Amino acid sequence: MNLQNLFSEIEKVDGEIFDRLAHVSRRGLFSSLTKKTIAAAAPAIMASALTKSYGQSSSLPQGVKDVLNFALALEYLEFNFYNYGRNLSMIPVNYRPAFELIRQHEEVHVRLLKTVLGADAIPMPKFDFSAKGTFTDTFTNFATFSAIAQTFEDTGVRAYKGQAGNLQAAPAILQVALQIHATEAAHAANVRYMRGQKGWITGGTAALQGLPSVVDASYKGEENTVQAGVDLAAALAGDSRITPAMVMQAFDEPLDKPTILGIVAPFFA
Amino acid sequence: MENITNRPETPSSAASRRSFLRVAGAAAVTGGLLTACSKGDEAFVNPTGSARAAGTTVALPTGDAGVLAFAYVLEQLEAAFYEMVLAKPYPNMSSADMALWTDIRGHEIIHRALFKAAVGAGTAANVPDLTFNFSSIDFNNRADVIANAEAFEKTGVGAYNGAGKYIKDAGYLTLAGKIVSVETRHHSILRELQYPYSDAFAGPTIVTSDTGLHLAYEPTFVLPIAQKYILETLDASALVKSLA
Repeated sequence: MNLQNLFSEIEKVDGEIFDRLAHVSRRGLFSSLTKKTIAAAAPAIMASALTKSYGQSSSLPQGVKDVLNFALALEYLEFNFYNYGRNLSMIPVNYRPAFELIRQHEEVHVRLLKTVLGADAIPMPKFDFSAKGTFTDTFTNFATFSAIAQTFEDTGVRAYKGQAGNLQAAPAILQVALQIHATEAAHAANVRYMRGQKGWITGGTAALQGLPSVVDASYKGEENTVQAGVDLAAALAGDSRITPAMVMQAFDEPLDKPTILGIVAPFFA
Repeated sequence: MENITNRPETPSSAASRRSFLRVAGAAAVTGGLLTACSKGDEAFVNPTGSARAAGTTVALPTGDAGVLAFAYVLEQLEAAFYEMVLAKPYPNMSSADMALWTDIRGHEIIHRALFKAAVGAGTAANVPDLTFNFSSIDFNNRADVIANAEAFEKTGVGAYNGAGKYIKDAGYLTLAGKIVSVETRHHSILRELQYPYSDAFAGPTIVTSDTGLHLAYEPTFVLPIAQKYILETLDASALVKSLA
């Protein structure tokens, strides 16, 4: 079903995905959800939105379900990351309230999306937060942990943004997705700030965000200065208050699903 | 339940919340009147309920053009506010603060320029350069400036989040999405400045604890808030009707 589709898409960008998935018990992967009670508390807002729009989740358009499962995969990733890092002493005391709040938000995002999708929700995959050995101290070095957090949040913003057009058929769900998108942006800015970065993204490389080049793909395209056909850097070149960097910062750029899946694939065990 | 802490709102923001509610109530009443009213010259949003000094009425167009015009109004408001912040910097503004305001002012000027230049001749023709009255804000007081900036950004984030579903054109929706996350970044940083090292950047007064959703405001809620600072009278009756 949807999980298969999702991993097929990952496979397009990561040919080894199925080999790596072979290490995961097929039964554990595909039937774990049915063995568990899905979170009982259906968030009222979504329940009411769904009733109004569709009656029940099974009548959601497939395109909308695909977006929601894509989002769910990313939220599973984020939640597990923060949940594993929860209470680890490597997080400076000053930043614990922020990370705990972010963890809670990712947890309720997972619950919300699972509630909307019902039986169509993909089960939780297994994760590798070394990204296949790229990061050796994810949960022991705060610099690494916070760098990955920043990358996840900035990437999450771009992922949701890239899907907005696919939710226009479901206005209530579109609004919820926009609201989640904003929550991710609030997280992103805070994590960036605690890392000594500006809250907004300047330019299209990881190095410009104080990050290693291995996460370049998460920032590629952010150097764009053309919006709605207008090169705003050129148009405002005569305004001494405006720099090209500001024009890049002033807009966050979307990323499409295959690109996002390529970025996160190494984190799936 | 989860033990979420969030700093109380400052007296000034609590006061502005009260006035938000007041104008929202007034807007609801005005909205009812608008529905019953057919004469264009009577159908304006006048959130304070008191007669404004003679001024131009700015009628927002309908549909996508109207939503973009609505966004253009908000971007003009934000840009003008930050221009004021830097036109008369509060005493002893630190270099870090100066850099922050310079960045945010730049972003809002750029957003304003985008809507003016790129978003259809109809929009710019319908919405002129607006005039603003920020006399309620003490630009010499850092805390007041930050609190008002935070309120403007919060309104902006909620406005985009609430208006997105009304946009028909997918390209415009994406454009709005590109902007709203930057407004949210502004808001998050401003909250961090107000309440350092806390969860205030996205705490329960900003993001719902049980669903993790950021703010979303209907245009009918946002317009009266913006109107308080704008000398021209905004007439959103046709726009609101077209969204129903």
